[in-house]
Amino acid sequence: MFYREAGQFKTSYQADNQIFPIRQDRIGMALLLLAAFIGVPSLASDYAFSAIFIPFLIFSLAALGLNILTGYAGQLSLGSAAFMAVGAFASYNFVLRIPGIPILLAFVLGGVSAAMVGIAFGLPSLRIRGFYLAAATLATQFFVVWCLTKIQWFTNYSASGVITAQEITIHGFAFTTPLKKYLLTLVIVCVMAILAKNMVRSNVGRSWMAVRDMDVAAEVIGFRLMRTKLLAFAVSSFYCGIAGALYAYAYLGTVEPEAYNLDLSFRILFMIIIGGVGSILGSFLGSAFIVLLPVVLNLVAHGLSLPTNVASNLELMVFGALIIFFLIVEPHGLARLWQIAKEKLRLWPFPH
Amino acid sequence: MKLMKSLLLASAIAGVFGSASAEDQFVPVLSYRVGPYAAGGSGFFGGVIDYFNLVNAKGGLNGVKISWEECETEYNASRGVECYERLKKSQGGASLVEPLSTGIAYGILDRVAEDKIPMTTLGYGRSDAANGKVFPYVFPLITSYWNQAAAMVKYLGDKAGGMDKLKGKKIVHLYHDSAFGKEPIPVLDALAKQHGFELVKIPVAHPGNEQQSQWLQIRQANPDFVILWGWGVMNAVAIKTAQRNGYPREKMLGVWWAGSEEDAVPAGDAAKGYTSMTFNTPGNYPVLDDIRTKVYAAGKGNLSDKTRIGSVYHMRGVTAGILWTEAMLKAQEKFGKGKVMTSEQIRWGFENLNIDEARQKALGALNMFPPVKTSCEDHEGSGAVKVQQWTGTAWKAITPNWITGDKALTRAMLEESSNKYAAEKKITPVCLK
Repeated sequence: MFYREAGQFKTSYQADNQIFPIRQDRIGMALLLLAAFIGVPSLASDYAFSAIFIPFLIFSLAALGLNILTGYAGQLSLGSAAFMAVGAFASYNFVLRIPGIPILLAFVLGGVSAAMVGIAFGLPSLRIRGFYLAAATLATQFFVVWCLTKIQWFTNYSASGVITAQEITIHGFAFTTPLKKYLLTLVIVCVMAILAKNMVRSNVGRSWMAVRDMDVAAEVIGFRLMRTKLLAFAVSSFYCGIAGALYAYAYLGTVEPEAYNLDLSFRILFMIIIGGVGSILGSFLGSAFIVLLPVVLNLVAHGLSLPTNVASNLELMVFGALIIFFLIVEPHGLARLWQIAKEKLRLWPFPH
Repeated sequence: MKLMKSLLLASAIAGVFGSASAEDQFVPVLSYRVGPYAAGGSGFFGGVIDYFNLVNAKGGLNGVKISWEECETEYNASRGVECYERLKKSQGGASLVEPLSTGIAYGILDRVAEDKIPMTTLGYGRSDAANGKVFPYVFPLITSYWNQAAAMVKYLGDKAGGMDKLKGKKIVHLYHDSAFGKEPIPVLDALAKQHGFELVKIPVAHPGNEQQSQWLQIRQANPDFVILWGWGVMNAVAIKTAQRNGYPREKMLGVWWAGSEEDAVPAGDAAKGYTSMTFNTPGNYPVLDDIRTKVYAAGKGNLSDKTRIGSVYHMRGVTAGILWTEAMLKAQEKFGKGKVMTSEQIRWGFENLNIDEARQKALGALNMFPPVKTSCEDHEGSGAVKVQQWTGTAWKAITPNWITGDKALTRAMLEESSNKYAAEKKITPVCLK
């Protein structure tokens, strides 16, 4: 009933090809964006920006990057945190060593650096698949972090091996408060999400999906495997690289290479598994699940006035149980749950 | 009815989240009690809370009670930042913060300066933060990694029979291959050049649960001493592998992260005779007895296992509690006794700490930690450490006095490093009033 699209006729190809073909979806999206750009900034506190919304957006972007590679192109990767590290440390060095470089350009160059590293480490994907590829991408994870601690030039010879992100200034306007950083992150994430959505609907995305579903068949019908797979690695690493740069610049401020460890790669992988593999929306839902749920559980567990060590352990157990629950209810992730809910709403209240 | 209900609910929520009044000195406790580092976290933060309970049981700081709220960080940087942001403004504002985690400390390094909340980093973090002109809100109290490394060389020199006897000796630096393990290398390199000993650097990849090849290398090099700059599971494995390779544990000297019960006990017999650095003298003190009788007897103790009172991590927590409350008292002396201090006033207290032996005695903690005297130039306040040895069941101090290394050298290095940071961040180094 709510999702009845009867009466919505598409009279042009353009109308037929739009991202949200159903009017209700378009309205919903517009409301969501309105809330994100106007509602949240006018209501939320600094705490909410710097501890909830900014990390949520940044992790969404990283999950989006991994989803392009794993969800759309079918290449399992455990190196997302490494690509984030490359993005962050490259942006830092571009800003440090090229005076007067615009910060957004530095972010893009950081992303490009990550993309190049991604291509290099994506080469094994031409020969190996599945879990073997995941093991090969582990090498990225260890190599990059090792490299950043080993070669001191990357950290500008800082004794403790940490970098301090420079202030973000665009045309003399300094992004210093959590609110400004939130808006900047939001704009970047929105633009990149729209790009990703369009990419996966275009011939590039279709070639990725063809490779994912069966690469021999894709090759037979004329997709060049090397180009397609490496493009997926490059685009995915670019997204992760930008997310990594934002993680350092808009979120933490001072980071050590250890911040981008294997643990973070796993977290991002769990985000797309829980959110939905092969879905843009899933990246956001998964990120919300992994970033926000522990905070909520922490508030609840410690609000029950239990002894703190019990509360901390309880929190982990409930979190684990919820992950299992959602994966049993819907193995295809939260995005699929949302899709099913939409189908149901369409027919409600007269299901056949 | 509905109004009643929501009122009740609101008061219940308020009761749960804000039980302390604004008249208390509020300290956010960013603890970690789950995950791979839980053993250290529960001991340290247990010690902190035990000491707070003791202070409150004795009537508070000139009548001001301490209140605190815990938040689980899991030793994870983003969780830690969330906790910090959540608690920094609650209950009248945070007095200070101590995450006991390098990653979290870096994550909030810029934020504490912005929010004007002092952060202590007891025995970890940036060594160059000791320069209070560049890092006015960061206090690496007692001693940093660099001063520890210098003290290690000093101790090894004494052990060899004088610093000049170090010439021609061979020392292996067996380290966790991360920023943490590499931090002391500049100091050790400089000292090797100065005293003429050979420094062999052998990295161990995280987590370090397999070290056969490294110890083979050590056996071939046959060093006079091995410095173990390790962390977590790496320490116990190093000690066990040393035993298998027949390397005497008496010649091994661990960093203080390699010097707790949690490191020695898993190594079993192999750990007997192993030595490590510490900034606490192991033993029993009147303040610990006080905690037993006034806190644990009243059922308010934080540790579930009473035998851990006075363990290395617990004692570090109690030490942190003492340093913090001393800073609050110092601030009260200047800004008004019996009042709740703001975080900026406590920052002043931290910068003007002076805990000498007489004060330690009054606190019942004589010689538990080195005397601390801070200033704007020196946020570290001491730089002294002791060496302790594992007897098979407990740690025992083997240096009667506190050891300090070549502080002139480390001072010059931290000046250089912190000034570089200041230049990068465009900070003008200046002492805050």
